[in-house]
Amino acid sequence: MNEGVQQDIEGAVGRTIERVARESYGRLVAYLSSHTRDVASAEDALSNALVAALTTWPRDGVPQNPEAWLLTTARHSLIDFMRHQQVAEASEPMLVLLRGGPKEIPMSPEFPDERLKLLFVCTHPAIDPAMHTPLMLQTVLGLDAVRIAHAFLVSPTTMGQRLVRAKVKIRDGGIPFEVPQERELPQRLDAVLEAIYAAFGIGWDDMAGVDQRGRDLAEEAIWLARVLLQLMPEEAEVHGLLALMLHCEARRAARRGPDGRFVPLSEQDTRQWSLPLIEEAERHLAEAAKRGRTGRFQLEAAIQSVHAERARSGQTEWAAITVFYEQLIRIIPTLGTRTGYAAAAGEAHGPEAGLAVLDGICLDAVSNYQPYWAVRAHLLQRLGKSSEAGEAFDRAIGLAEDPAVRQFLLERRG
Amino acid sequence: MQFALLIYHSPEEWAMRKNDYNDPHLGAWRAYYKALVEAGVYAGANALELPETGTTVRLKEGKRHVQDGPYADTKEQLAGFIILELPSADAALDWAARCPGAARGAVEVRPLAPETMRRGFTG
Repeated sequence: MNEGVQQDIEGAVGRTIERVARESYGRLVAYLSSHTRDVASAEDALSNALVAALTTWPRDGVPQNPEAWLLTTARHSLIDFMRHQQVAEASEPMLVLLRGGPKEIPMSPEFPDERLKLLFVCTHPAIDPAMHTPLMLQTVLGLDAVRIAHAFLVSPTTMGQRLVRAKVKIRDGGIPFEVPQERELPQRLDAVLEAIYAAFGIGWDDMAGVDQRGRDLAEEAIWLARVLLQLMPEEAEVHGLLALMLHCEARRAARRGPDGRFVPLSEQDTRQWSLPLIEEAERHLAEAAKRGRTGRFQLEAAIQSVHAERARSGQTEWAAITVFYEQLIRIIPTLGTRTGYAAAAGEAHGPEAGLAVLDGICLDAVSNYQPYWAVRAHLLQRLGKSSEAGEAFDRAIGLAEDPAVRQFLLERRG
Repeated sequence: MQFALLIYHSPEEWAMRKNDYNDPHLGAWRAYYKALVEAGVYAGANALELPETGTTVRLKEGKRHVQDGPYADTKEQLAGFIILELPSADAALDWAARCPGAARGAVEVRPLAPETMRRGFTG
C-alpha cells in the first residue's frame, strides 16, 4: 500500500474517531462517572481510550461498535489507574463498575444515557455558578481547558485549576448523580438552560450593545441544547432556548459586512439570514407554545421571532417586542433585559420613553455594562442632545471589547 | 488589589503613532480612559516614547555597558502602562480585553507586588 493511500485511511479513521468522540464523549463520561462520581478519572480513562483508538483503529480497522470499544478500553484504563494508585478501599460503586458484569456494563450500544444526570451535576447549586458552563463544556463535550479559558477570558492555568476543584467537589461533596425531583426540577432545569445559554453568549445586538462572553462556543451550545431536548423533549423551555439560539445563529452571516464591519440588527440585509435556521427556530417555538407554560427563553425567542419577521414584512413590530420585554422583565429583571426593553421602548414609543427606562436603572450597576451606554448614546443622539450623547458614546466605546463594534460606535459618535 | 496592564504595540501601531496618531485611534483610547475613570478603577497610567529613543544601561563586573534602543529585541515593544484598582484578576482580564491595545498588539496583566513589599523598596 503506498503512503498516500495509507494516509487517506488514517485520515478517514481519524475522522471516525473524531466523530465518535464528539458523539460519545459525554455519554461515556456520564456513564462512567455516574457510578463513581469521579468525573476527572472518567475523563482520564476516556482520553486514554481515545489515544488507544488512534493507534489501534488505523491498524485493525474501526470496531463494529466503536462506543462499546471505547467503554471497555476506558474501563481497563480505570482498573490500571486503581492498581497504580493501590487504592486499598475502592468504593463499592467503583468496584461494581470495574467488575463490569453483564448486568452492570451492557456491551451493546444501548448502555444507559446518563448525560442528563451529568448536566444536573454540572449545574448543581453547590457548584460555583461561574463554573457551570465550563464544567458542562468539558465533561459533556470534551472541550479542553485552554479553549474554555479563551472563551471565558480567564487564564488557562486558572481555568484548569477551577475545573479540577469543581470536579473534586463533585466527587467528595456528595453531589448526587440524579435527575431532580419534580418539586425542584423547574429551578434546577433553569440552571442547566442558563449554563447552555452562557456558552452561546450572544446578547441582543440592536444598538451595538454586545455582551458576548463565550461567543466562540455558539455551535457547542446549540449541540448541548439538542442533546438536552433529546433527553427532555417535553420541556417547553428547552424548546424555547433552542429556538432563541437558532434565531440568533440564523443572522450570523449578516452581523458583519464584507470588510468585517459590524452591522447592527436593524441594518442587516435579511437576505443574508438563514431561512432554514429561522424555520427550525419557529418550529421549536410552536412546540413550546403547545405546552402552555411560558418562560424566559420562550419570551426571548419570541422577541427574536418578531425581528425575524422583518425578512418577510420588511418592518419590525417594535410594539410587540416591548410587550414581550414587559413580560420578560417580570421573570428576569436583569440589566440585559432592562436595557433591551429600553431599546425596544425607544423604537416603539420614542427616545424619551427609552431613556425613562434607562433612568430607572441604578448607575452603579452599569459602570461596566457596555450595552446600557450604547443604547443610551443612541437614544440621546436621536433627541439631538449631542454633548450628552457623546459622553455616553465614549463610555460605550471604552467598554467595547470587539474592535468592529468599537469602530462602529466611533463612526456613529461622529 | 492593584494590577498593571502592560501595553505592547506592534510595529504597525508604532508607525501609526509616528504619524501623529490621529483619529479614530485616539478616540478609542480616550473613550477607554474615560470608561476606566468612570468605573472608579483607574489608579494611574503613562505612555512611553518610541522604543528607539530608549537607552539600556548595565553594569557588568564594574564596567558600564550602554546600548542604544530598548532592553528587549522583540517585535512587539512596551508602549505604556495603566494601573488599575480591582477586586480580582478576572476583572483585570476584562479590562485588558477592552483595551484598544489588545486588538493591535498585546496587553499583559500583572498584579503589582503586595503593598508591604513595595514599601520595602521605597521606604
